[in-house]
Amino acid sequence: MKKLITILAASVLAASAFAGNITVKGSDTLLILAQKWAETYMGGHTNVNISVSGGGSGIGFAALQGQTTDLCDASRKIKAAEIQKCIIAFGARPTEYKVALDGLSVYVNPENPLTELSVAQVGDIFTGKITNWKDVGGPDAPITVYSRENSSGTYEFFKANVLKGQDFAASAQTMPGTAAIVQAVVKDKYGIGYGGAAYGGGSKMLAIKKTDSSTAIAPTEDNVENRTYPIWRFLYVYVDPTKDKGEIADYLDWIRSDDGQKYVKDVGYYPLPKNLRSGN
Amino acid sequence: MGIHRGHKARPVEWLAEKFIFFVSLSAILMVLLIFLFVAREALPVFFGQTNTALVQKPIPPEDLDKHSPAELEAYLEITPDQFAKMSKANLRDLMDVKVEEQDDIPDNFRDDPDARINTTQWKYLIQPHQWTDYDKPEYIWQPVGQIQKYNIIPLIVGTLKVTLVGLFFAVPLAVGAAIYVSQLARPRVREILKPAIELLSGIPSVVVGFFALLVMATVLQSIFHYQTRLNAFVAGLALGFAVIPVIFSIAEDALTSVPRAYTQAALALGASRWQTAWQIVLPAALPGVFAAAVLGFGRAIGETMIVLMVCSASVMSWSIFDSARSITTTIAAEMAEAVSGGPHYRILFMLGALLFAATFVSNMVGDFVIHRFKQKLEGKR
Repeated sequence: MKKLITILAASVLAASAFAGNITVKGSDTLLILAQKWAETYMGGHTNVNISVSGGGSGIGFAALQGQTTDLCDASRKIKAAEIQKCIIAFGARPTEYKVALDGLSVYVNPENPLTELSVAQVGDIFTGKITNWKDVGGPDAPITVYSRENSSGTYEFFKANVLKGQDFAASAQTMPGTAAIVQAVVKDKYGIGYGGAAYGGGSKMLAIKKTDSSTAIAPTEDNVENRTYPIWRFLYVYVDPTKDKGEIADYLDWIRSDDGQKYVKDVGYYPLPKNLRSGN
Repeated sequence: MGIHRGHKARPVEWLAEKFIFFVSLSAILMVLLIFLFVAREALPVFFGQTNTALVQKPIPPEDLDKHSPAELEAYLEITPDQFAKMSKANLRDLMDVKVEEQDDIPDNFRDDPDARINTTQWKYLIQPHQWTDYDKPEYIWQPVGQIQKYNIIPLIVGTLKVTLVGLFFAVPLAVGAAIYVSQLARPRVREILKPAIELLSGIPSVVVGFFALLVMATVLQSIFHYQTRLNAFVAGLALGFAVIPVIFSIAEDALTSVPRAYTQAALALGASRWQTAWQIVLPAALPGVFAAAVLGFGRAIGETMIVLMVCSASVMSWSIFDSARSITTTIAAEMAEAVSGGPHYRILFMLGALLFAATFVSNMVGDFVIHRFKQKLEGKR
């Protein structure tokens, strides 16, 4: 009985010793990385409790506006309408932190003889202007285009930067995730898809030319990290500036330090360039 | 109302009765509240209060004092309450954001005539429009991007396409099984078959969707050799599996409730069991079977997971071998990223309200027909 009381007392003490409770919500793209960071950080800082959940960047921003989360993970930049809601809710623009780099590759079936495309060609394939592989130097066969759901930050990024804002072909198959795209491309001899550079297992990743005359660059780790590979984006964390102090500021600092950036590669993204990291 | 007894109900019984009454009332209340919520979120679309024109003329933040509060509230899309609570600095911030938003528009969209259109007008929601870069007027659902295109026709067509394929597959199978189980099968066989078919409804639709995505899609493509691997045909067949138990149990119920006198009379007159089942029992139970199909329709049109997993390209085509995107899929897939309170969000709720109305009407029709059918069989009419 005495033992039980001591255990109870100890656990009450331990609970009260949790000085910081940090909630993180947002992008599913960043979810695994955010969990990895949270676990590692909590291992070294037993007084901090970090709870991470996903749902999507839009859900994260809605939670930031509703002040039900401290940090919002986002795979895209915040939109003007969302900044406005934040100003209305807490009277300030949320602070933006770049936390990692992501390279997007273009996948094709391993049997496809093609090895490289230019950004413009990729754009034309996904908008439906090019519908046959022979127009880009491949076999005479119709192209099946696989895309992501329009709720995905990857979709939005690809549309804005590779398709230059034009619409995806209506016939593009929307898949629920990068893994599903890769799987579909692996099964479909004439398929093409896009997604995180680290997820292409089983498919063939094309080398990409920035313009029609430049040399093709393969989406290897080094090429993405030094940003010579042309299709890449930042991943972000947003925070209410008035909360950006104490435990939360320490945590954000750690994420962007050399120590925190070590874990980025484990989950398939790329660490921030040195000059964008926090100073330590 | 209430239990009729010779003596007054005891207080505990009275309490229990009222409690149960309120519990059942709360179910109706919930449905009503959900509909009201969905409709309220969708209301601005119906009244044309949303504006998605990309290029708008911003008010310079310096002119903050030159405009009346009402003008600023409309411009900044805030309520008078919010306006009253905001400081000057915050208002200026909001106006800065508006200006920045306009500055961020890529150059190729600045002179685009589409960038000046409010795409949430009904005209653009249901009629084809020739957008820049397209050769002819088209129905386009592309809600994310610089020019947001919200034509809901491809989604309605996609929903109907998948649902009808599902019903074409499910109704004959389910009704056939119902006839067999209720009229022709030996009691021993019936005891096994009936629960087995009803067990189908216990399969989570995610599992059916997964099976369709990985196995059915490949097998069907190798049989029919169509080009798009994941299409409305595959989704419809998979959907059929989800609908069969619904149609089966209602149809079986209708067939069994045909009075035994009908069957006995037919058999006594020398009809075979087949003739009795097809020419006497089925025609007598036809309204019930029809109701089963209508309720199956309601179940199919609201099914999300299967269609979401199997196909979801919003292509405008009635061909069942093209892909399709259903309303449910659209809502499930896009709600998470839609800016809450924004036009995309509102339109998704509007679609939800449409779907709610469709399932509500089909369920009403189904229930009404069944009710009439039962009354007729009981000779009350």
